[in-house]
Amino acid sequence: MNSEHIVGKSVPRKEGRDKVTGRSQYVDDMVLPNMLFGATVRSQIPRGRINKITFGPEIAWNEFVIVSAKDIPGKNCIALIGDDQPCLANEFVNHPEEPILLLAHPDRHLLPKAVEAVSIEYDALPAIFTIEESARRAEIVWGEDNIFKTYLIEKGEVDGVWEEADYIVEGEYTTGAQEQLYIENNGMIAAFDAQGITVWGSLQCPYYIHKALMALCGLPAEKVRVVQMETGGAFGGKEEYPSMIAGHAALLAMKSCKPVKIIYDRMEDMAATTKRHPSRTRHRTAVTRDGKILGGEIDFTIDGGAYATLSSVVLSRGVIHAGGPYYWPSVRIRAKALATNAPPHGAFRGFGAPQSLFAMERHMDRIAQAVGLSPIEIRRRNFLQPGQTTTTEQVVREPIHLGNLLDRALEASDYHSKKKSFANHNQSGATPKGMGIAAFLHGAGFTGSGERYLSSVVGVEGCADGSVRVLVSSTEFGQGTKTVLSQIAAEALSLPYENVSMAQPDTLEVPNSGPTVASRTVMVVGKLVQSAALGIRQTLISSNLLRETYTAEEFRTACQNYVAAHGQFRSWSRYEAPSDIFWDDQKYRGDAYAAFAWAVYIAEVTVDLTTYSVSVDDFVALQEVGKVLHPLLARGQIIGGVAQAIGFGLYEKVVWQNGRMQNNQMTNYIMPTSSDLPPIRVFFEELGNVYGAYGAKGIGELPMDGPAPAILNAVEDALGVRFDSIPLLPEDIMDGLNSHGAAASSQRGDHGLGSAGGVP
Amino acid sequence: MTDSRDRRAKTEISFTVNGEPRKVHAYPMERLLDVLRQQLQLTGAKEGCGEGECGSCSVLMDGVLVNSCLVPVLQAEGASVVTIEGLAAGERLHFLQEAFLECGGAQCGICTPGMILASTHLLNGNPKPTMEEIREGLSGNLCRCTGYSQIVEAVAEAARRRTAS
Ligand code: FES
Ligand code: FES
Repeated sequence: MNSEHIVGKSVPRKEGRDKVTGRSQYVDDMVLPNMLFGATVRSQIPRGRINKITFGPEIAWNEFVIVSAKDIPGKNCIALIGDDQPCLANEFVNHPEEPILLLAHPDRHLLPKAVEAVSIEYDALPAIFTIEESARRAEIVWGEDNIFKTYLIEKGEVDGVWEEADYIVEGEYTTGAQEQLYIENNGMIAAFDAQGITVWGSLQCPYYIHKALMALCGLPAEKVRVVQMETGGAFGGKEEYPSMIAGHAALLAMKSCKPVKIIYDRMEDMAATTKRHPSRTRHRTAVTRDGKILGGEIDFTIDGGAYATLSSVVLSRGVIHAGGPYYWPSVRIRAKALATNAPPHGAFRGFGAPQSLFAMERHMDRIAQAVGLSPIEIRRRNFLQPGQTTTTEQVVREPIHLGNLLDRALEASDYHSKKKSFANHNQSGATPKGMGIAAFLHGAGFTGSGERYLSSVVGVEGCADGSVRVLVSSTEFGQGTKTVLSQIAAEALSLPYENVSMAQPDTLEVPNSGPTVASRTVMVVGKLVQSAALGIRQTLISSNLLRETYTAEEFRTACQNYVAAHGQFRSWSRYEAPSDIFWDDQKYRGDAYAAFAWAVYIAEVTVDLTTYSVSVDDFVALQEVGKVLHPLLARGQIIGGVAQAIGFGLYEKVVWQNGRMQNNQMTNYIMPTSSDLPPIRVFFEELGNVYGAYGAKGIGELPMDGPAPAILNAVEDALGVRFDSIPLLPEDIMDGLNSHGAAASSQRGDHGLGSAGGVP
Repeated sequence: MTDSRDRRAKTEISFTVNGEPRKVHAYPMERLLDVLRQQLQLTGAKEGCGEGECGSCSVLMDGVLVNSCLVPVLQAEGASVVTIEGLAAGERLHFLQEAFLECGGAQCGICTPGMILASTHLLNGNPKPTMEEIREGLSGNLCRCTGYSQIVEAVAEAARRRTAS
């Protein structure tokens, strides 16, 4: 029997060798015989009626396959939650870059010219582009009121708290759109034959696409097959939009009866596919003299773009995280997802939580100033304690001690002595420095009853050669899905890691274990892999092929014998909601997540007053994520997430004009490079988690939540000037300092912007 | 996207790829990246941006790191090109590949071929770089997954091992 633990060890990445040798097959690396290349003709205007489509004379159109909405055999929609988004616009367009026509040709070089040669005349309709315009219904662009979804969370008696308050602290915070910027652009190949439609692609959720293609192509489940190729980064950006591209490739393949490959180039990918929802959050908080939160109102609004897509779920995660890791005796949180005429915003690592937590953590610093406490003390006095309830009245059952987490982070960052030395340093000179803190939490798994509805299934197979294979639709796109799920299966079966392999996610082969999103793979799917693996072992033992303790060789032989005698040997496991988890969808109350990860991040920054640029000099990321199953991968996830979040806070600005992204290139949409980032120092606490495989919780999204507010808190600490919008670019700092200077000189004696916004 | 094909007819271009002499028929202005990927089936070089920003198409040309999306294939005439496929000796990984594997330098893997080639180029010029020099030296190659730390550590580890052995 293998007595060594495999979980907790940094075993080699399953597909690592292929990745470092360039052998991995991404979708654009795959070629099928007689394959055509597809391209998309898109709307040039934000909103209007399509009047006329003209095909320019300079193109030999008879060589092209052309698909319009009329060619759709099934329903013209991308089936997801609601079915409001068309696959191809028919009469109306509702955002720039909305797909209207599809073209295919054997020579991919001819496509850009052909796309350009299609001219479309529109009757333009008035369009709206901001949360404000949508909220005041400057124009109704979706449904009856521009509202995709609202939520209301109510706890306690908020209306009574304002009387008792010593301070009422208000603030408004906004976050911008962010591009996922996976380095591999989106792409799909589709082929159609008597078996039905098959697509291969860069994607996160095979069964989302499966469902969308059934509806679009009018085909039964068994005639639709979705295969994931190696996927070059996703971050949520390949959660829902790939259904669109798969649909397009499928329509072209059905019409031409040839395989069709659609690969977006960078400009198309950035302009047309989803981004993080822009948001606006308003806080009004009642606080006592000694800094205790009595209650408050939070108003959280996101811009969903032109179609509903995933906005309702993004909003849900955002609203549940809006209160941060603090105890609110009473609170009222209103949340709204609104329509505008931008391309639909969608899933991006963190899924609404980075937006609402940015606001919460900036607001905490504002409360601290109002009360006259330090950012440390204000947090310490309000941290959730075991036994208390969250804003949705979920009882904290984990033995989490956020105060200890905070202390450890302060020590790791050398907070106090740095603050002291910065106070001196900042007396003079053009490079003020500051320290900023963010404390936060992130729920693992689908929100509320989500996991119950998903009802995920996983399989583990004992193969004819005696090895073990894991069958899940969970996808690998850099996080280490294959590696960690193999570790879990190996651990459950007491086998060497090498004896376990992963089936390629292919809907013909693997069951629906749910989408690979929401930090759910290790915790939820991992737990199911564990129990399915135990099923294999149990069967071998009860068939008297194996003893309770065994060597890897004995297992191999037993497994071979079982398959020889009975044929295919698979064990399945289906998700069952733990009986002590309860969620009320109507009241939006209860156990929002089976487990939360907890974190305290500390940023140290320097602001250069000649260039107005901010550099992050040190970054401490301390988190409690349950048991760490693979230290190297876990650390890599945290560092990568922090880097992306530094981009969210300081670099990545989507420049919009009439709903279209203007800077849709890597040259003018700036993500951090290796020389922009500090060494990111990662620390873990491991409390464990009864609901996850071997005590694991989710980890992937967490690091996206904290860095932006920690950095903006540090910038305020350095400058004494407040910034409440991200991304915070040098020009914003210059403007802020200038207007601060103006305000300070016109109101001498006042403390200016650096003072608290509190009302005593 | 520009039409990379010239009005002129295809021409024969000879160069060495991973030590082997190759002849291709291509339009002179066709991108080296496309010729490698589509004609020579060397798909390790990737197109991340097509405009010289991301480095995922990096290859070595006569020992110099180039973005193959910006190199017209004509320029490769007579040159010696090394792609990611040329680094390992059979099943034996190159020491940088080993280090990337062990240190977590590859997550989704799409930047990895370019990143490893950029790292070989870096170490060829500077066998014992500091962490700062590695960060500087790789700043032309974008990675969205790793936040770079584990890549930088992989290169440092590879350098340490090579100079130790
Ligand atoms: S594809 Fe060549 S640099 Fe990005
Ligand atoms: S590993 Fe994914 S982009 Fe670098």
